[in-house]
Amino acid sequence: MSSQKKRDQLILHTALTAGRIMIENGSEVERVEDTMERIAHNAGAKTSQLFVMITGILMAINGEVGAQIEPVKRRTFDLEKISVVNDLSRQFAAHKITLQQFANQLDHLDKSTKYFPFWLQLLAAAMVSGPLEVVFRHNLPDFWITCVVGTVGWLVFYLLSKFIQIRFLSEFAAAATIGVLAIWSVHLGLGNSVDDIIIGSVMPLVPGVPITNSVRDILAGNLVSGPARGVEALVSAAAIGFGIAMVLQFL
Amino acid sequence: MSITEFFIEAAGNYVATIGFGILLNIPRRALNYAGWIGVLGYFVYKFLVIWGGGYVIGNMLGAVVIGVASLQAARIKKMPMILFNIPALVPLVPGGQAYQMIKYFALGQNSTAFVFLIQVVMISGAIAFGFLLSELVNRVQQRVWRHRG
Repeated sequence: MSSQKKRDQLILHTALTAGRIMIENGSEVERVEDTMERIAHNAGAKTSQLFVMITGILMAINGEVGAQIEPVKRRTFDLEKISVVNDLSRQFAAHKITLQQFANQLDHLDKSTKYFPFWLQLLAAAMVSGPLEVVFRHNLPDFWITCVVGTVGWLVFYLLSKFIQIRFLSEFAAAATIGVLAIWSVHLGLGNSVDDIIIGSVMPLVPGVPITNSVRDILAGNLVSGPARGVEALVSAAAIGFGIAMVLQFL
Repeated sequence: MSITEFFIEAAGNYVATIGFGILLNIPRRALNYAGWIGVLGYFVYKFLVIWGGGYVIGNMLGAVVIGVASLQAARIKKMPMILFNIPALVPLVPGGQAYQMIKYFALGQNSTAFVFLIQVVMISGAIAFGFLLSELVNRVQQRVWRHRG
């Protein structure tokens, strides 16, 4: 294999891995295209052709190797990885790292996950639900119980999506849990208003990333990926709604 | 809105935006900026509603401010813009109206539910349109930037 061919292979591998990591973790399509083009350009490829969708990427460069496909199978939300890929791409553009180092770091990044500690994520769920209940409903006495219910609801969501991996089912179950706990806590006299507790507690489950990305993708002209994400957001919102509605039937 | 309410809402929004950022695992050094952008966007919405702008215009301009401020933060911090605007959007989400809609549909009071359904659709549309406008502002700004530099 000639060295030029090897180099082209490495360019394709790096760009495709970077693109896949970004899409998997919730980046919008335009940014992925931009980053991949920059990587190919900075690595010395004269032209590059890209076809990016949220289920797969197709890329070709003007060299000695053919186009390659990278499927995107799973989708999570880990915005830190997008930021790291962005930083690496900037460093590569500034010639601080070589293409081989870039590729190695991407492979390493792909395997490692550096989430916030679990207790902090639980605390964050409380931090979202309680304060937003106060902001939306001005109901200070229910602040604490909303924090607790929101945390438990998010815990159910987290555990189900980690161990069962049926995404919309976990949102449904979490919403139903929140509904039951809210009604129960008002029965026990721990809270005043079922409505306010539920409104605050479902906030950590809001599909913020798909909503925002769907709008941005559609505006950028990606008429396949944008609506696809919109459907994802709509189905999660509907799953939350059905979970709550099911509980309210038995009110 | 009294002064106490103002501070409670500001603190609530800041904390909630940061909390959502942690759930999405955004990098630590982006958290503070995201929190402040969330507060800013919410108060643009809130004051417009108080001063009689209506909730649609309020949400739209709130989203515009979030979009523009996120781009500035992205430039300062040299990080992707979505780290800032996704958490900051959370306080504008029409959670209350969406819940009321679900509730009245579940209770079978469809005419009341439709009132809230329309509100949810209007607010979501306003936020989406606000993002469109902020994108426009950002692109114009980038043009000006490039011509100067």
